[in-house]
Amino acid sequence: MAKEKLVMIGNGMAGVRAIEEIIKIDPNRYDITIFGKEPHPNYNRIQLSTVLQGDTTVEDIILNDWKWYEDNRIKLFTGEAIVEVDTKNKIVVSNNARQVSYDKLIFATGSSPFIVPVEGVDKQGITGFRDINDCETMIKYAEDHQNAVVIGGGLLGLEAAKGLKNLGMKVSVVHLMSHLMERQLDATAAEMLKQELQQQGINFLMEKQTVEILGDDHVTGLRFKDGSETEADLIVMAVGIVPNKELASNASIPVNRGIVVNDYMETEIEGIYAIGECAEHRGIAYGLVAPLYEQAKVLAKRMVGVETEPYEGSISGTQLKVAGIDLYSAGEIEGDGATKAIRVHNEFENVYKKVLIRDNKVVGSVLYGETAESTRLFRMLTQQEDVSQMTSLSILQPAGEAEESDVASMPDDELVCGCNGVTKGTIVEAIHAQNLTTVSEVGGCTNAGRSCGRCKPMISQILEHTLGDSFDGAAQKEAVCGCTTLSRDEVVAEIKEKGLTNIREVMNVLGWKNEEGCSKCRPALNYYLGMIYADYKDERESRLVNEKMHANIQKDGTYSVIPRMYGGVTSAEDLKKLADVATKYNVPLVKLTGGQRIGLYGIKKEDLTSIWEELDMPSGYAYGKTLRTVKTCVGQRFCRYGTQDSMGLGMELEKKFERLDTPHKFKMGVSACPRNCAESGIKDIGIVGIDGGWEIYVAGNGGTDLRAGDLLYTVKTKEEVIEVSSAFLQYYRETGNYLERTSKWVERLGLDHIKKVLEDKVACQGLIERLNKTLERYNEPWKEAIENDEIKDKYYSRYQADLVTN
Amino acid sequence: MKTVSKVGVAHYSALPIRSGIAIQIKNDAIALFKVTSGEVFALEDRSPHPKGGVLSEGLVSGKFVYCPVYDWKISLEDGQVQAPDQGQVKTYEVSVENDKVYITI
Ligand SMILES: Cc1cc2nc3c(=O)[nH]c(=O)nc-3n(C[C@H](O)[C@H](O)[C@H](O)COP(=O)(O)OP(=O)(O)OC[C@H]3O[C@@H](n4cnc5c(N)ncnc54)[C@H](O)[C@@H]3O)c2cc1C
Repeated sequence: MAKEKLVMIGNGMAGVRAIEEIIKIDPNRYDITIFGKEPHPNYNRIQLSTVLQGDTTVEDIILNDWKWYEDNRIKLFTGEAIVEVDTKNKIVVSNNARQVSYDKLIFATGSSPFIVPVEGVDKQGITGFRDINDCETMIKYAEDHQNAVVIGGGLLGLEAAKGLKNLGMKVSVVHLMSHLMERQLDATAAEMLKQELQQQGINFLMEKQTVEILGDDHVTGLRFKDGSETEADLIVMAVGIVPNKELASNASIPVNRGIVVNDYMETEIEGIYAIGECAEHRGIAYGLVAPLYEQAKVLAKRMVGVETEPYEGSISGTQLKVAGIDLYSAGEIEGDGATKAIRVHNEFENVYKKVLIRDNKVVGSVLYGETAESTRLFRMLTQQEDVSQMTSLSILQPAGEAEESDVASMPDDELVCGCNGVTKGTIVEAIHAQNLTTVSEVGGCTNAGRSCGRCKPMISQILEHTLGDSFDGAAQKEAVCGCTTLSRDEVVAEIKEKGLTNIREVMNVLGWKNEEGCSKCRPALNYYLGMIYADYKDERESRLVNEKMHANIQKDGTYSVIPRMYGGVTSAEDLKKLADVATKYNVPLVKLTGGQRIGLYGIKKEDLTSIWEELDMPSGYAYGKTLRTVKTCVGQRFCRYGTQDSMGLGMELEKKFERLDTPHKFKMGVSACPRNCAESGIKDIGIVGIDGGWEIYVAGNGGTDLRAGDLLYTVKTKEEVIEVSSAFLQYYRETGNYLERTSKWVERLGLDHIKKVLEDKVACQGLIERLNKTLERYNEPWKEAIENDEIKDKYYSRYQADLVTN
Repeated sequence: MKTVSKVGVAHYSALPIRSGIAIQIKNDAIALFKVTSGEVFALEDRSPHPKGGVLSEGLVSGKFVYCPVYDWKISLEDGQVQAPDQGQVKTYEVSVENDKVYITI
């Protein structure tokens, strides 16, 4: 059966979102065609302000690239406007005289800048601020013109003004009212904003009504009602927008301010819908994306025949996207007789907050200078929470909490991304369900952060917070931890560049938020410093318990002791010692570990040092982010299949690399033949003996992310195995994120890339040298604890105090 | 009746900084922490996590300790578990006189 034909007029933010939602539910439902007047795929119009302000480029703001349309088999005609809709024959006609018939039609034509109808508006040098073309016009003018005048002191006008200022023009904003952004701000906040913008170099002409635009062909200035004039080479009209409804009204579809729709975005004509800024719903034509995206959801469900709640209108908050200005407003602005206001005005720090309350409910808020509470206040507003039990201070700041707004204490239903209506709960769920680790991945799955972008820092905090529980996940997030916004690479680069030598210095110089860091960054920095400086003095207080104690803590607070058995080879003597200790100390559990050795479990902390002393065996580091074991098979010495001496090589490798700090634990295996009894295929480095040589596999993992190792090289001699392993290990150490296993690391960097590095003779030699230098710094930790009273006292004793009353 | 006693437990100058020590006073297991600022805090040496564990081995940052097993962040000042986790650890009053550290139990 042929699919129904869906045609959409307008290739902008709301419309394309609706298509995305449709495809999400039922990708095969419609045969889709989109007409867009602009020559671009759908882009993030909101970010035009940032493009103008020089912070991003046009390419960066594309939301759906050409490929997306192709992948979803959407026919797209760009640079082509629909000029006629024939509702009787169900055909649209474009300005290229292309005719396309439809079964369903969506109007998503957006709106246009309102051009003030004064004398002279037909002159050159006047533009709106709506699309990429307008942006390009302004950028071009700024190259060889001086004076820009923006008419309109609302959101759009101020963002345009700031952009033009950044482009080097002299900018004046003309505003009809006595204060800026009067629809979003009260007089106090507006005044603060004005002063800030004045400081940023923008001039204001308040309470001025433009009556004429001066100039011959090209603008030269404006005249105001009071008779005064000002010069201008470029005029930007930003006094408002008007829905693009003519096409619909010409087709006899009922329009008012916009194209009239019901709660399901249906016009009065069957099969024809309208969405976005061109639509008027219950008397309102919205001009921010948040409500439009809600509409998109309802429309999509309706069109694929899924049951949906009706769209009943929205309240949304606004903010200004100008660098250095933090501002938020939602709901009512000015109170009336029945509202009570909580006002905080800190003139010293330039912070102003006003929360309007009526009948014990928040009905509006204006925040200037600091907007951390915005999401919480917005929740109170939209959910009509009863605040009668709260103090005014706690309305502005959650109880028991310090200045920072903590994502941890944020309820799940709190809106994080206002534009896309995404709550914290949804984000957390997506992070868990789809193993997301970056802000852009969260955006890809939930749309959060894909519009105005203001919530991105918060999304990153949520990521951090959510991944914090799972160690492996934490490795891949962008910032090292919540104490900093710097990524691993940035931190490492700064350490090297500034020559920082210890953790405290790193935190001080790089502006850590918590003076002494947290349980994420302290061990990580300790690792990175140790990776950078071969002679680094380890900071034991920054190791987590197991590594600090050189023993694995068990859930009851006791420890395990697992000594080395190089290559899984032991002796009668060692076994005797183990047995003696187990008997003497009443060790509750003696077990063979997965790494071919013997573990004693359930040991009291204060017995650790004596047990180590009696065992007189080196630590097996079964607790560390370091080489754990080298598992071996019996090999050539005894096995009739073995072609190589696997035990010998395994022991040699374990002795060479033991104690080395690595980003995460590191396991090796050596098998003497391809039967692979040592399971070399699931080791970080796994070696398999073959006739006349060895195969070296890397990045295998037998744990949470089961992964078969990749064959790195086949080499002839044992010496080559050691060389390749050394270089590989060191490259992992130098480029891995702390807590990143080789399986993830190899996938991130790519095996080919790693091979290229190892094949570069000079680079490879450097790696091996740095590794060998680092290996010189280690001492046997158990021995150290036995011999050094200070260490013994500090870490391994339990103080007894007598109960004496003073 | 419950008697309050002040117990001398350690020498202030001998306390390691940012590394907890475990003290046993009769039946009370106590974790004592000297933080970077020099202040000393005493908490019950038991993680508030339902599965238990000790606190004395935790990583210390400022006036917080991280539970070594479950990574909960706990205030040394009032024993409060920090969000998103919840709970409360018993704290003890600590005083320092003439280099001697006392705990009131
Ligand atoms: C500079 C700027 C900053 C903004 N900042 C924010 C912000 O911070 N937060 C926020 O929520 N919102 C912001 N907005 C508003 C937001 O961009 C709009 O609400 C949103 O883009 C509306 O989506 P839409 O699909 O309805 O219209 P549009 O995105 O305008 O898409 C409509 C498209 O249809 C095309 N079209 C019109 N007629 C036809 C025709 N006959 N044939 C073919 N194509 C046609 C148009 O060319 C246009 O490309 C901002 C807007 C601008 C301009």
